[in-house]
Amino acid sequence: MNTSNSAADKILEVKSLNLSFGGLKALDDLDFQVMGRELLAIIGPNGAGKTSLLNCINGFYRPQSGTIQFHGKAIHPLQPHTIAKLGVSRTFQNIELYTGLNVLENLMAARHIHMKRGAFLGSIFFGPARREEIRHREVVEDIIDFLELEPVRKQVVGTLSYGVRKRVELGRALAMDPRLLLLDEPMAGMNLEEKEDMARFILDVAELRKIPMIIVEHDMDVIMDIADRAVVLDFGSKIAEGSPAEVVENSRVIQAYLGEEDEFETSSQ
Amino acid sequence: MWRPCGVFDATYEKDMAIVRTSRHWIALIVSLVIFFFIPLYGSYYIVSFINTLAITIIAVLGLQIVSGYCGQISFGQAAFMALGGYTSAVLTQKFGLSFWVAMPLAGIFTGLYGLIGGAPSMRIKGFYLAIATIAIHFVTLWLLLHLEITGKSVGLTVDSPQIGSFVFDTDERMFYIIMPIMILMTYAARNLVRTRVGRAFVAVRDNDLAAQVMGINLYYYKLLAFFVSCFYAGIAGSLYAHLTMVCHPEQFTLLHALWYIGMLIVGGLGSIPGVFFGVVFIRVMDEIVLIASPYLADWFPWLGMAPAAGLGLTAFGVVLAVFLIKEPRGLAHRWEILKASSRLYPFAY
Ligand SMILES: Nc1ncnc2c1ncn2[C@@H]1O[C@H](COP(=O)(O)OP(=O)(O)OP(=O)(O)O)[C@@H](O)[C@H]1O
Ligand SMILES: [Mg+2]
Repeated sequence: MNTSNSAADKILEVKSLNLSFGGLKALDDLDFQVMGRELLAIIGPNGAGKTSLLNCINGFYRPQSGTIQFHGKAIHPLQPHTIAKLGVSRTFQNIELYTGLNVLENLMAARHIHMKRGAFLGSIFFGPARREEIRHREVVEDIIDFLELEPVRKQVVGTLSYGVRKRVELGRALAMDPRLLLLDEPMAGMNLEEKEDMARFILDVAELRKIPMIIVEHDMDVIMDIADRAVVLDFGSKIAEGSPAEVVENSRVIQAYLGEEDEFETSSQ
Repeated sequence: MWRPCGVFDATYEKDMAIVRTSRHWIALIVSLVIFFFIPLYGSYYIVSFINTLAITIIAVLGLQIVSGYCGQISFGQAAFMALGGYTSAVLTQKFGLSFWVAMPLAGIFTGLYGLIGGAPSMRIKGFYLAIATIAIHFVTLWLLLHLEITGKSVGLTVDSPQIGSFVFDTDERMFYIIMPIMILMTYAARNLVRTRVGRAFVAVRDNDLAAQVMGINLYYYKLLAFFVSCFYAGIAGSLYAHLTMVCHPEQFTLLHALWYIGMLIVGGLGSIPGVFFGVVFIRVMDEIVLIASPYLADWFPWLGMAPAAGLGLTAFGVVLAVFLIKEPRGLAHRWEILKASSRLYPFAY
């Protein structure tokens, strides 16, 4: 599948990253790394800049300064689709699927970068294009099996329940055979059972497919269960880093999360 | 395609097949054979009606790809068709090329011109892009109307295609050129949309954010969709010019482009069979209105002298409104429901 990383490889390196929207500093001089096959959690209160960080990594946002290196290659001047081709894949906080396609087609669409046939051979179909379709269909069916999506494979994703759609989105990200997977709140809005399923799938991905992951999540319990390491953001800067057990004990982290509650009360007036 | 109950697929290859059982193949071949003898027993009226249907289907197939699949609404299809017709006319009449060379060249040239048409899609989408394509329509027709080489307001006369000394100078003869091309282009469109490029088109339409994250270059695929769409328009235009043997700006108005969009809506966006449903439905409706309107004028004198002119359009407008409200997914959706229920027949669960 992909070149398996040894634990010491530096997959992603973010250095003094700054991103602001007008006067608002979304990311403030941020440094961190993803090593080997680790599952790195990014946590922080609402508006801390977690999603903005993922948007910088996959090229949606242009940071004003700083560098992002993926396997030693600077990626932040690149376009999102080029970064995708290098092997960065992601899911979204608010599900972003191809609503008109079924589950199978959504995953097949994610094989795009690994397929080659263009418009001409595609329109002839018989021969190269069909062979390619069958080959990639096998890869996709494996992922469908893995995520237990067989019962819905031919259903249009618009008709599926929220929890299943979240899973389809994970499947689509996996179908890219990524070398780095960014998950933006994969469990948000799920019930307990769905959360447990998702946690199991994420751990399986880490274990069986050995894909390094950045997972943005609010739920501390989930982080404690699955993450190898955590980076805590508050107002765009890193306030703590370490094992999940360490960071939850950190006084600045506790403060930030308590502060969020105050903020929540004042802002909801 | 209708699929009997109990046929399930053991391989992915089978699962992908469009024509699934040997009975389907027989049905398909028999109906094609019957179809191809139409000019021998059909009246002139039927044959020429089918010819224009087929040409319209080619143009609307192209529109389906750019608008239905890739989500870039274009009102330029009539202008692109005009360009294809004129290109073919100029290449055959002024440069002495054979129709068989001129037609594909007209397709390619129109496709390339479509890249200009698609260029604004980089910056604008939806409503604004639609307006930009209207601008392209008028610029194109203005050029065709004012350039020396396109015969200005007089237009061009066009010769019939030829193979050796055999001249395709009647509708019955043109049928045998138009039909195979229409079938070939339907086949190509059907395959295009179910393979890699087609999925990329739908990805661009359904979610351009996610499409980029999956490595799809938005701009490339938007332009490719415009190219393919205009290639279809170019071929349709070329066939139309050689069928009617003239090229004139009035054959390709913005109203035509509007009809094409209407056919897509009635047939169903994002469906190849939908193109057939939409084109046939709207054209047959228009034809019926045309035939009926003199009687209407007799029966309802207060409608005025020539209700025919307005009546077709009125009917079109009403049908469009009804579809947008009642069945926005078009006839193709109805067809899918019908197929799904017949597939399980006789076990209806
Ligand atoms: N495109 C944008 N334009 C302007 N401001 C933005 C934009 N994107 C994010 N922001 C701002 O940047 C800050 C960080 O937002 P971000 O979405 O990254 O937070 P988050 O940590 O993902 O929060 P949440 O937990 O609610 O998802 C917020 O104040 C947000 O309003
Ligand atoms: Mg967020």
